[in-house]
Formats: sequence, structure tokens, C-alpha cells
Amino acid sequence: MSKRVETAESPPEPRREIPIPLDAVDRRTVLKYIGLGALGAVPLVASTQLMDGLVKDVVTGPEAAGLAAPTGDATTKFGRVRQWTMIIDLAKCDGCQSQGTPPQCTTACIEGHFAPQPMQWIEIYEAELSGGGTQFIPTPCQQCENPPCVKVCPVGATFSTPEGTVLIDQDRCIGCRICMAACPYDRRFFNWGKPPIPPEAALADYSPEQQTPASRGTVMKCDFCPEMVRGGTLPFCVQGCPNDAIWYGDFEEDVATNGRQIVKATQLISERNGYRLKEHLGTQPRVYYLPGHGEDIGRDPENEGRMPTEWPWIERAEGAVTWTR
Amino acid sequence: MDTMTNWHERLIRKTTRPTLVTTYRYWVWVAFLVAIVANGVFQYSKQWSEGLYVTGMRDRISWGLYITAFVFFIGISHAGTLISAILRASKATWRAPITRIAELITAVALVVGASFVLIDMGRPERIFNVFRYGRWQSPIMWDVMAITTYLTASVIYLYAPMIPDLALYRDRLANKVGFIRRFFYETVALNWRGLPSQVRFLGKAITIMMLLIMPIAVSVHTVVSWIFAMTLRVGWNTSIFGVLFVAGAIFSGVATLVLVMATLRRMYHWEEYLTPKHFLYLGYLLAAFAGFMIYVNINEYLTEGFKLEESGEFAFRQLFIDDFAAMFWFYVIGGLIAPIVIMLIPKTRTVAGVVVAAILVDIAMFLERYFIVVTGLRVPLMPYEPASYAPTFIEWSIFIAGVALFLLLITIALKVLPMFAVWEMTEEHELAIARQTEPVLQTGYEGPAPGVSGSPGPDGLTEGGLS
Ligand code: SF4
Ligand code: SF4
Ligand code: SF4
Repeated sequence: MSKRVETAESPPEPRREIPIPLDAVDRRTVLKYIGLGALGAVPLVASTQLMDGLVKDVVTGPEAAGLAAPTGDATTKFGRVRQWTMIIDLAKCDGCQSQGTPPQCTTACIEGHFAPQPMQWIEIYEAELSGGGTQFIPTPCQQCENPPCVKVCPVGATFSTPEGTVLIDQDRCIGCRICMAACPYDRRFFNWGKPPIPPEAALADYSPEQQTPASRGTVMKCDFCPEMVRGGTLPFCVQGCPNDAIWYGDFEEDVATNGRQIVKATQLISERNGYRLKEHLGTQPRVYYLPGHGEDIGRDPENEGRMPTEWPWIERAEGAVTWTR
Repeated sequence: MDTMTNWHERLIRKTTRPTLVTTYRYWVWVAFLVAIVANGVFQYSKQWSEGLYVTGMRDRISWGLYITAFVFFIGISHAGTLISAILRASKATWRAPITRIAELITAVALVVGASFVLIDMGRPERIFNVFRYGRWQSPIMWDVMAITTYLTASVIYLYAPMIPDLALYRDRLANKVGFIRRFFYETVALNWRGLPSQVRFLGKAITIMMLLIMPIAVSVHTVVSWIFAMTLRVGWNTSIFGVLFVAGAIFSGVATLVLVMATLRRMYHWEEYLTPKHFLYLGYLLAAFAGFMIYVNINEYLTEGFKLEESGEFAFRQLFIDDFAAMFWFYVIGGLIAPIVIMLIPKTRTVAGVVVAAILVDIAMFLERYFIVVTGLRVPLMPYEPASYAPTFIEWSIFIAGVALFLLLITIALKVLPMFAVWEMTEEHELAIARQTEPVLQTGYEGPAPGVSGSPGPDGLTEGGLS
């Protein structure tokens, strides 16, 4: 638990109200409301068993789906499996320019997962706006529902879960990297050498849901933090964002929260003209974007550039070799 | 028939020469190749302990020289089996002296090509996961299946027509080679006596393998192309890739065949059997495939370039004007246009001309494989600066070791296996002589000879496996 970052607790700054008619509530209420708190009380079932179910589902096809009706998946109180989603409000993302820090979602994710340098599981791309200037696009794995990466994996090391996310089993991955060629969002990272991680990460219990410790010659990416939400907290990146730009939610109960407010997920997406990246490819991402360029934080689109990402623990990763992307 | 016997004896003498005579130069050559392979193994040991970190590949260009080598060698493997099967099926009588060499190239190139997949893996020690957890939905699994099938089939297809020749070696070389090779020939010749029943059986086996091998060979390089074409990458995402890869495979395969033939011809004075006619015919085949490649490439680039979808401009710019322009235009001019020109001009339509064309084609096809792999990955998927890739010393060492291994395996095979299908060539020669006296009877006849060294006789005609 000590690994979890609570940066979202920093005092809120004055901000424009989200045009969704729900009152701001404190985090605990939020979590209780969407049932995540209750899930925290459900003990984590032996995750190996869970993974077996999930992997079988993918490997043997839909017939085996029965195997994957898992006690371990996050479910609503009616027993239906949650369908995780992320909604990223670009109007509130200024690439942490106003903070004068590296993007805090990326940093929080790196600290929480010990993502080896130079992996940025949620990466802030700076894209040109049509009329000039730039916008920042925080990009985690899009958790495609029609995932090109899962389709091509020869050993089922990359698999879809009943929660609608995509995970990687680094104990099974053979390092062929065809999934990296297949991902249209550049969201996969390879451990080219011995991964640079701090000593404490080496002690962690490995599971595909918490890909620590990283191992050489295998692929990694954003895992959507299923373990975190099942335990009743929000993903590191959501917590890390000082502008509350990232909403995490569940389509099954149609709810989303950025840690400060709760909203109806589908309504938020519709009313703000949400879209998905490269929708035309048919990958069906679970990550939605609300258009913008940080204007809610008062960012000027001409104000380009962001601070480079840092790996705060890198000095402690002894004898580590790092590489550039 | 006296001339016939002389001819036959000379053929046997010439064929067995590499097996019997080992020159000083041969050992120097073997030592040279072994040294290069050993260096490759040594460099690979570094990669084994430090990971793919030692290569120039990174997240954005995550495949490079190794995958290029894989595609290139699997392509070359189409030299043999497919060519010899097509020629056998089309009853091209001139094929007899070149089929064995072609089939050997196939088997050897497949072994080398497949090993590059292993070399490229991040966790080679987990290779058995492919069998333990294999998912048939993955293009990589298709490759595993296709390549293992092809390797099995081409080894059989290399071996079956070789049995009478191995029996010949067993009978003729019994006192001339050491114990090990004698034992080897005795074992692999499978008690071949040239009996009519054996001949019939062999004929059937060869026909079946010939028919099987063609779809298998086509499928192999098609699924290799699908590794790329099953992704959403600009430049790879095209249905013409299968055709492009298969055509390119046969193209580079023929070129490699020409080069190996030219080398052996020179080294062992096989001019009598590997005649200018063979080179010219293969040269025409090269020119024809060059034409077909041009057609396929126009299809590929025009359909994409006309519409110029998202990122299309970048993809074309890097290929035609920027980073990869030199490679691309060498491929077009040197690899596709030059062979056609060489075969069109009477002055260059010679053995030397065909060899030059073959060298150009092999280099061009290697470059083509390289720029297909690298440019496809280089097109940025998100707003970031395009990555760059350059193979490291270790990658080059391992690649060159692969080439050396290819040559080494052929060199070793030269010592052991009959490089000519003696029985088929004898057959052809007798027919050619007969044709001069009695042209009508033998038109189009094509079939396995009944015996090791005997004459076929009229029975051979009816028992021909192919008719
Ligand atoms: S690199 Fe690993 S996860 Fe990716 S396709 Fe290959 S085996 Fe699957
Ligand atoms: S974004 Fe890439 S890695 Fe993530 S699910 Fe989609 S294809 Fe796979
Ligand atoms: S969801 Fe989790 S793994 Fe994905 S970017 Fe956020 S913190 Fe990282």
C-alpha cells in the first residue's frame, strides 16, 4: 500500500465547473457510491486462478468463457462484471505546464508501477491543433475491445479480460514483438535490456495486473490498474493529475469519477462530444477523449512544450542500463 | 551406345568429384566460413546475456535486420523447391541438372531463415511456449506451421529423387570413401536396386511431393507477408503483400540459384552440364519476374499513393525522397529494370550477364525486405518525431554469420550429397540422343528413370511417374 501515491489530495484550485449536474463530493463518498469501496472489502482471490480463467478465455475462445466467470473480477452488486473505461478531459490537461512539473499522471504511474525508464505507460503527446498551437493528449493503452495486439500474440501472453481491458502476462511472453507492430497507438514497450528498476520493485509479487518486477525481453504497457480499483482506489494516473482531467469509470453502472466528482459516464462523453483515437480503425478503445487544449486551466494553445518525464527512483536502480525509445 | 556409356561415366566422375577430391582451398574456405559463424555465435552470446539491448532496435522500430534476414532467407528458399516443382510439372526437360542444387538451397535457406526468428526473440528460452500455449489465430503461429511443413516437405522432396543417386554413390564409392560416409550411403540409399516396383513407387512419391510442394511454398511466403499485412500500419496494410512477397521470393530464389550454379560450375568444371542455356533460361525467368514485380509494385504504390491517406505522405516521402530513397531506387533500377535490360540486349545476354543480373537482384531483394520492415515501423503512429534505426555491429555480425552458415551448409552438402540428379540427367541425355534418330516417339516424355545406371528401355516409358 505504501506504493500508492495520493497526489490528488493536494488542495484544489479554482476551476471551471464540469457541465455535468453532479455535486462535488469527497473521494470516500465517490468510491462508496460507485461501489469500489465495497470491492475493496472483497478479498483478492488467488490471482493466479483468476489469470488462468482469463487466459483460457482468450486462448480457447468463447466456448471457454464459462471458465472466466470469475469470482475475482470486479462486479457490480448485481454480480455483473464491471466494464472499465477512462475519459480524459483535454480541456483540463495542460501537460502540467501550470504546475511547472513533468506530467504528474505519468510520474504517478511510473512511481506506482516502477515502469522502467524510458517507458511512459501514459504518455503526454503534444499534437498540432488544426488552427495552430498545440494540445496535450495523455495516452494510456487504449484498452481496445477489438485489440490488434491480442489478435496477433502467438502464445496468448496478451489477452482481453472480462472487464474489457487488455493485460500482458510477462511470464509467458516470448518477446516476438509482433504486438508492438500491431498496436496502432504506440502503447507497447519492450524491455530491451535488464529493466532499470529500484531494489524494492524486485521484491514485489508479480501478477499481470501489477507488472512488477519487470523482466527482460518482455513487453509491458498500461494495465488500467484493475488491482487498484478492486482495492478501492483510483489508478495512479487519475490520482496523480492535479487538474482532475482523468475520469475513471465503469460502463456497467454507467458512472465515472475523477476523484473529486462523480458523473454519468455516457452522459459526460455525449455532452462533451467525446471521441476516441483513430476511431476509423475499428479498434473500439475503452479510452475516450473530451476535446480541448487545457483551456479550463487557462492554457494558451501557443504555449508549447512540457517538462520531460522523470524516473524519480532511477538513481536507486543500481547498475541499470537504460535506453531511449 | 559407346558414346552413351562414356558420357555416363564422365557424368558420374564429374558429379562425384567434389565428394572424392578435397583440395586445400576447400579447407581454407570451410575454415573461413566456420570462423565467421563462430564470430556470429560469440556475438549472439552477448545478446543472450545482455538482451536485445545490444541491437539498434527500440520500441518504435522494434524489428530490424533479423526480421529482414528471416524474410530474405525464407524468400531464397523458394529457389529450389518451387522452381524444380514447376519445371518438373511443366516437363521442362532442361531442368534435370539444376533441380538438385535448387532443392538443396531450399532446405538450407529454410534452416538459416528460421533460426533468425529465434535470434530475434526477446526470450528465446521460452520458444516452447509456442507449442504449449500456441494460438492458431496468430500470424506467427501460421508461420511456425507453414515453415515447419515446408521444411519437412522440402527435405523429403530433396531426398526422394536423390535415392537412386545415393545408391549410385553407395555402389561406386564404396571403396573410395571412409567408413562413416560408406555407412551413410548404405543407410540413406534405402536398399535401392532400381527394380521396376521401386521405380514406380519413387515416381509416384515424387509426383505427389511435387504437387504438394507448390501450394505449400506459395503459402509459406504468403503467411510471412501476413505478419506485416495483418497489422494496421501504413505501407503494410495491403492485400497485395502476399503476392508481392511470393513473387519476390521466387525472384530472389532464382537469383540465388544462378549464383550458386555459377560458382559450382566454375569450381568443378561442370560447364558441360550447367550450360549457357540453363543460365539464359533462368535469366529469362528473372526478367519475367522482374516485370511481374514492377507490376505488383505499381499496384501497391499507386493504390496507396493516389489516395494518400493519413501518414501516407510521410511513408512515400521517406521511401522515394528521404532516408530510404537510395535503397528504394537501387531496388527499382538495379533490381527490377536492370535484369530486364540485361536480358533484352543480345550483347549482355550471356552467362556473365545473367550472373550480374542475379547479383543485382539478390542485393535489391535484400534491400527491399529491409525497407519494407523498417519503413513500415518508422511511420509515426502518434505525434512524435520519427525514430531511426541502424543495425549495430552485433546485428551485422550475426547477419553475416547467417550468410556464412548458408554457404557452409551448402559446402558441406557438396562433400556428401550428389549435386546432380545423375539418373534424371542420364534419362534426358538418352532421350536427346534418341530424339535425334526418332523424334516423334519421345516428344514430351518425362519421367523417372528405372535404374541407377541402366538404360530405361521401352518399359520406362509406360512406368513414368508423371505421365
Ligand atoms: S511480444 Fe509477447 S505479448 Fe507481444 S505478441 Fe509476442 S509473445 Fe505476445
Ligand atoms: S492501445 Fe495498443 S496495446 Fe492497448 S489494447 Fe489497443 S492495440 Fe493493444
Ligand atoms: S491506468 Fe494505471 S497503468 Fe494505466 S496509465 Fe494509469 S496508472 Fe498507469
